[in-house]
Amino acid sequence: MNQSPSGLLPGRSSQPGKRVLPGFALSLGVSLFFISIVLILPVTGLIVQTAGMGWAEYWAVITDERVVASYKVTLWAAALASIINGVVGLLLAWVLVRYEFPGKRLMDALVDLPFALPTAVAGITLTALFAPDGWYGQLFALLGIKVAFTPLGIIVAMSFTSLPFVVRTVQPVLEDFAPEDEEAAVSLGASDWTVFRRILFPAMWPALMTGVALSFTRSLGEFGAVIFIAGNMPYVSEIISLMIFVRLQEFDHAAASAIASVVLLASLILLLGINLWQARYLRRLQGR
Amino acid sequence: MVQRKTMRAGDQPWVKATLIGAAVALTVLMLVMPLVIIFTQAFSGGLQTYLGNLTDSFTLRAIGLTLFVAALTVPINLVFGVFLAWLVTRFEFPGRKALITLIDIPFAVSPVVAGLLYLLLYGSNGWLGSWLADRDVQLMFSWPGIVMVTVFVTCPFVARELIPLMQQQGREEEEAGVVLGASGWQLFRRVTLPNIQWALLYGVVLTNARAVGEFGAVSVVSGNIRGETNTLALHVELLYQDYNVVGAFASASLLAGIALITIVVKSFVEWRQARQRAPLNDQTENR
Repeated sequence: MNQSPSGLLPGRSSQPGKRVLPGFALSLGVSLFFISIVLILPVTGLIVQTAGMGWAEYWAVITDERVVASYKVTLWAAALASIINGVVGLLLAWVLVRYEFPGKRLMDALVDLPFALPTAVAGITLTALFAPDGWYGQLFALLGIKVAFTPLGIIVAMSFTSLPFVVRTVQPVLEDFAPEDEEAAVSLGASDWTVFRRILFPAMWPALMTGVALSFTRSLGEFGAVIFIAGNMPYVSEIISLMIFVRLQEFDHAAASAIASVVLLASLILLLGINLWQARYLRRLQGR
Repeated sequence: MVQRKTMRAGDQPWVKATLIGAAVALTVLMLVMPLVIIFTQAFSGGLQTYLGNLTDSFTLRAIGLTLFVAALTVPINLVFGVFLAWLVTRFEFPGRKALITLIDIPFAVSPVVAGLLYLLLYGSNGWLGSWLADRDVQLMFSWPGIVMVTVFVTCPFVARELIPLMQQQGREEEEAGVVLGASGWQLFRRVTLPNIQWALLYGVVLTNARAVGEFGAVSVVSGNIRGETNTLALHVELLYQDYNVVGAFASASLLAGIALITIVVKSFVEWRQARQRAPLNDQTENR
């Protein structure tokens, strides 16, 4: 699968380690310069700032009761939002790959809307829909459920902004899926559910997990969409990014950076985990 | 495409109808309705009010600043993205994988944290900021700060679009060019660019969409000075908090328009790439 033609040609070229193409020094120089200035230097700044705090003070700031409440809300909401996206994303990916129907291309294009729409716009839009007098809010009110200005609103905003991840990671795997096993199972009389559970799901789940993990990571850091709909009640519906923002507005830079260092560490660990997971899973695919 | 007669899972008519129905309903509820409400709200006071809201002097200033920030950010990240993609797809060197992981950092980091990183370093109390302040250079709470955080937040997009494509295309064509005596620039312009132009276009459009709409990082470093450091996304928030909902949605409709253009460009680029690949697929199927 996808074997590069270089292996087939009697090639002197493309030997690893031998640099035939120009521009190595230049592109290395530009890339390293840019990454150092734009990424590494600011991260170092945060480390320096937090290192200046004493351990006791650091610990007190990051375990403050209101901050701990915001960790909990953010983690719960992000977890539920990414599970919702796992289900909805799998459904959308399946329908987009397996079936033909009018409007399919439009649906495929619309899936990217949450990535393209600025988060602040998503925030005021979802608030307008889910507010008690909004189109959806009125329906939920009939059921006695309040969505906007409660933690439920945070889940809605997070699932909206990270919806495309699962669709876009599962879609290519489903497209490349070889139909032989599946056709054999169906012709032998296996039910749809059995085929899905025994053949399709085992092939899809690494991609599905990647999508859910990406969705979770994005949700943890989501700010713009959430703050409009959350209501931002201390101890109830304040997310962790907002806590950093609040500390900044109190001009407490030390506390803001301490909380930010926790968030940064968590997202870097998640990022590394996802990359390792993908590397392992891709190797398995290529090794077939 | 080969037509298959054999049945696969989910091919029974009622399963198919249920799943398509559910997907369409979800798409309408989660993706179409938000778009509908942006424009109905924006135009709820009539066309006159809409145009009045957009030509308000603070709104015009916000549009101007936003375009200015995007005009600086996009070229910077375009150049960086192309160099980085060239580096990691055309050469093998130690630390290559680490570099690819590093540029994903802005995707994983909360925008508020991104803004804070820059505020700590370049703010008047920061170690670079205090040195600059002594020389009367102020970067934070003015447009350079906004550009800097926007560059941070959008720097992975171009590279992320190019790397998988250039990896897949391999380096044979460029190596042939070198053998034929092409210079580096000729090589890029005549061999590489035609192969990557559509992905590059999409990378630029994505960078632009995010640069125009960035909210969290910008709101940390902007200081929200109305008419001066207020970008369009911040302006939306400001109007919304002033209870000028119709005005907020009028500005939001411009940003939604840019988002729609982004989606259209993406569909176009995918269509072009599918056409470019089509002859290749025929070959592999005949083998």
